Amino acid sequence: MEYEALIKRRAMLRALAAGVVLPALAPFSALRQTEVLTRPIPSSGERLPLVGLGTWITFNVGDDVELRNECTAVMQAFFAAGGRLIDSSPMYGSSQSVVGYGLTRLGRPAGLFAADKVWTSSGSHGPQQIEESRRHWGVPSFDLLQVHNLLAWEEHLPTLFEMKARGRLRYVGITTSEGRRHDEVEAIMARQPIDFVQVTYNILDREVEERILPLAQDRKIAVIANRPFRQGALIPMVERHPMPAWASEIGAATWAQFILKFIVSHPGVTCAIPATTQVTHVKENMAAATEPLPDAAMRRRMVAYVENL
Amino acid sequence: MEDWWTYSLSDFLMFAPRTYYRMLERHNEAVWPGQIISVGMGLGILALLPRPSLRRGAIIAVAMGILWAWIAWSFLWTRYAGISWPMKYIVPLFVVESLLLLWTGIVRRQLSFQLRSDTRGVLGVGLFALAVILYPMMAPIFGRPLQQAEVFGIAPDPTVIATLGLLLLADGGRPWPLLVIPTLWCLITGATLWALQSPETFVTLGAAILGVAAAGSRRSLEPARERAKQG
Repeated sequence: MEYEALIKRRAMLRALAAGVVLPALAPFSALRQTEVLTRPIPSSGERLPLVGLGTWITFNVGDDVELRNECTAVMQAFFAAGGRLIDSSPMYGSSQSVVGYGLTRLGRPAGLFAADKVWTSSGSHGPQQIEESRRHWGVPSFDLLQVHNLLAWEEHLPTLFEMKARGRLRYVGITTSEGRRHDEVEAIMARQPIDFVQVTYNILDREVEERILPLAQDRKIAVIANRPFRQGALIPMVERHPMPAWASEIGAATWAQFILKFIVSHPGVTCAIPATTQVTHVKENMAAATEPLPDAAMRRRMVAYVENL
Repeated sequence: MEDWWTYSLSDFLMFAPRTYYRMLERHNEAVWPGQIISVGMGLGILALLPRPSLRRGAIIAVAMGILWAWIAWSFLWTRYAGISWPMKYIVPLFVVESLLLLWTGIVRRQLSFQLRSDTRGVLGVGLFALAVILYPMMAPIFGRPLQQAEVFGIAPDPTVIATLGLLLLADGGRPWPLLVIPTLWCLITGATLWALQSPETFVTLGAAILGVAAAGSRRSLEPARERAKQG
């Protein structure tokens, strides 16, 4: 009898889920109608969504509760759309604590992939700074820690590798931006067992296509593309011009999606990290990480079009 | 940072314009009605200028010293540093300027100010009046709410410009030690406003450049003590 009752209760719950709960979730499911595309982290095989969330400038709002809540809404939309990787740094002012505030308000979303950086010229100060960053985020540990702008990387990398060996960190990386010190980046990629490299890559800044992206593929290093919109300057630059009619072939409804689809369609890129303060933008960005993506021929066409604007 | 030359001004801007202006608004809310007191102090200083004396100079130095220290703590340390960590390194400079004003005005009794009809004098009182009376109106003039106004004695920019104006009115030798930190701040705030693409950039930078240039071209006047004996 008890077993039958259990079966009936399960059937009833299923019916309720189908009849009541699912329609209530319809707006959310519409958001994720097309699943966000993922790509594996080469060193582990763990899959990451092609679009993450940057926090430079946009999340540095101090203790302004109204702006903090706006950032939280951005994070909520990001997670709702299937996002995982959030990237910050101790160099970004209050951004880390604003991320921590949002995570607390959102009940610490399980899918979070916490990526932060160590940024100090003193190797001995690194562990203390990492601990301060962890407290700001309010996470038990980071998924990824990167040496910010290669600052004192010789001293910080051993610390990060040791943390990884002890199970207090899952991935180690380095970062640079806007084409700086690429020779040094390549040397580290070639000699150090890093999991991630973060570089600037967008439809106009493509220097990394020459050596860094191929090297990352050879060395099984994941690539995070920063400054996808040139810190916001790229969108107003291209928005003065009409989108090509063939943009619909790659599912790009806006210039932001056009640019993001270009970035994440490179097979060497693991994820791009646009930053925004607006929920509509984060939804637009996440929608760019869905099928279809441009193939090599289409990518050449996209570059030619933007360069001729 | 051996590749510093590859960075542009905007690379150093850590916050969005909206965050910056909301910070001013929230600061004004937090210290209200301090604005009435600080502007009252500014008008009081203006009233002291027509009759120069070392005693009045000391009173002005104390008032300005207090305002520099107050801004260092209330604005730069407790608020601005929250979105711009370099401000933590600027706070000691504001404290030093405060101490310099107090030391020069009270301990050394070397500060007296007077209204003059020459170019520097007109420029000095003009900059001071701009900072105390007109500067709060810049926000509505440039399309922002009055709540985001930068007020003398509450926000650094008008206070620094007022200080430059006052130093143009200083009697006696060139007050170079007192000019260094205001000049440095003008460079910092000018660069910030430029990166923010703020329409106030040209007013703030223009006032600062005029003040510094006029101070730099200043001829030596007779020693303050001798002049003050007549006051």
